[in-house]
Amino acid sequence: MATTTAPSRSAGVADTPVKTGGKINAGRVAAWAAMIILILITLFPFYWMIRTAFSTSKSLFSDPNSLLPVDFTWGAFKRVFGLATPAEAQAEGGSGAAVNFWLFLRNSIVYATLSTAGQVFFSALAAYAFARLRWPGRDKVFFLFLTALMIPPIFVMLPNFILIKNLGLINTFPGLILPYFFMTPFAIFFLRQFFLGINKEIEEAAKLDGAGHWLIFFRIILPMSWAPIITLFILTFINQWNDYFWPLLVGANDKVRVLTVALGVFKSQTPQGSPDWAGLMAAVLVAAIPILILFFAFAKKIVNSIGFSGVK
Amino acid sequence: MSVVDTIEPVDRKDFVPGVRGTDKPPGKGDLAMALVFYVYPFIRGFYFSLTRYNLLGTPHFIGLDNFTKLFQDKLFWNALLVTVEYVLINIVFQTILAVAIAVLMHRLTQSTVIRGLILLPFLISNVIAALVWFWLLDYQIGLVNGFIAAIGFDKIPFFGDAAWAIPTIAMVNVWRHMGYTALLVFAGLQMIPGYVYEAASVDGSTEWQSFWRITLPLLRPILALVLVITVTGSFQVFDTVAVTTQGGPGNASRVMQYYIYQKGFTEGQFGYASALSVILFIILATVALIQLRLLRAGESDLA
Repeated sequence: MATTTAPSRSAGVADTPVKTGGKINAGRVAAWAAMIILILITLFPFYWMIRTAFSTSKSLFSDPNSLLPVDFTWGAFKRVFGLATPAEAQAEGGSGAAVNFWLFLRNSIVYATLSTAGQVFFSALAAYAFARLRWPGRDKVFFLFLTALMIPPIFVMLPNFILIKNLGLINTFPGLILPYFFMTPFAIFFLRQFFLGINKEIEEAAKLDGAGHWLIFFRIILPMSWAPIITLFILTFINQWNDYFWPLLVGANDKVRVLTVALGVFKSQTPQGSPDWAGLMAAVLVAAIPILILFFAFAKKIVNSIGFSGVK
Repeated sequence: MSVVDTIEPVDRKDFVPGVRGTDKPPGKGDLAMALVFYVYPFIRGFYFSLTRYNLLGTPHFIGLDNFTKLFQDKLFWNALLVTVEYVLINIVFQTILAVAIAVLMHRLTQSTVIRGLILLPFLISNVIAALVWFWLLDYQIGLVNGFIAAIGFDKIPFFGDAAWAIPTIAMVNVWRHMGYTALLVFAGLQMIPGYVYEAASVDGSTEWQSFWRITLPLLRPILALVLVITVTGSFQVFDTVAVTTQGGPGNASRVMQYYIYQKGFTEGQFGYASALSVILFIILATVALIQLRLLRAGESDLA
């Protein structure tokens, strides 16, 4: 059920710790210590990415446990962006092979943006149909959608792969995007909850003035629910950006290969011996940056959207 | 709090018969697409499981042959076992840590910043999480092994040892998912009214007692839903395995979804892969149903 409205403040007493002397305070100190340790465990790998990305790959062997970058250099980032000559790259421990990072970045942007835009828009339409229109079998179909939430993605992906293959769309953007373009049950479920909460009186007034469903949808429903739509857009975008399995199946070709798939390959491309860790961590950081920017811009929205507004 | 609650009783009031002329309602084309990308493949998935199909020719109907073969397939049983091991380790640690984080946050702070920091690992992809830990846990120069050596123990080949591979992969995913799960639990905690705690403390209950006697029992319905989500997700582990061990060493980390992937896409036995995924589907559906039953998810003690 939609409970993003879970009252955080009305929980009053639960939020203000009961103070009954020094014993509780000792407990609170211990609790804070535990909390801080958990946050450190959460954040440390991120620091380690940064530390490694600014190190010289070859020097990592001489001082693997240094908490600061070893032999500080921008070299790894240069290698990622293809700005280093093969000789420079090899000198720092890179493979010297050209990495089409810009291309993969572009592919990720195209894939994530288009599939998200399509998904949010069409899901909004379907959610409107479920929330407002009356048609035979509506609730049964909606129940079917909820059931679809439970289907393991791989179960649909094998047949979808065949479908995309038969359509001749393997290694194309349409092939990558199509199965995600129209909707996902989750997105419909999420938006329907908000649409149900919108006051009907405005729509009824519009109907009396002769507005049809499309007009109501674009002029009333969409403007009134931009907040949940943006939230959904961000969540979906993050999901699509991080998607690995489907692009691995359908987009193996360089022309459409996205970052997640490329990073997997980047690791296994390393010949005998140790991978170019600095280069890999720099690539990983750059691949994560769009998401991190999105996150810092909308942190509050993202954090608050995780509740039971949608079961995901 | 169950998902099914949200199907509303039909509200007669908003039924406006024959709404104005040729107004085609939005959303219908969409439902057609749902048929194309959900219902149709769903049915086709079952059909493929009854065929021999190598992707090049046409599917050849062979009845239940794939399933009889499957039950004698040692690698299948191995995959199942490995997956269950993964799920158990993953879920136990993830749930305990998530509840701990959620309760700590609930009692200590409402700060969005802290909630955001806790969520950070969930925002990066499985692939990135796997790569970072692959590096941190590297046998030769990984920091963790550096630390282990420094305090006088033998280094551990986390991804390279058959006994360590699955626990390691499970813990990497615990790291990525615990914050997200914690926020779900946190949302559940906020639904427990404060007066319950107030009453308990008036009666002399300590925080520790309140946690076991109030928080956990009242959290049960939420926890049930969270578990259904995390367990079904956990059964489908793939990315981390694909990026780090590729099923190895030997068959030690060849989880179900990775086995399905190999059968279908590396070996081209698509019918067999479909049969495997039917089994995975049945397992997931059963597990979800049992969980909801056992934890009586629909009922809340608050009601």
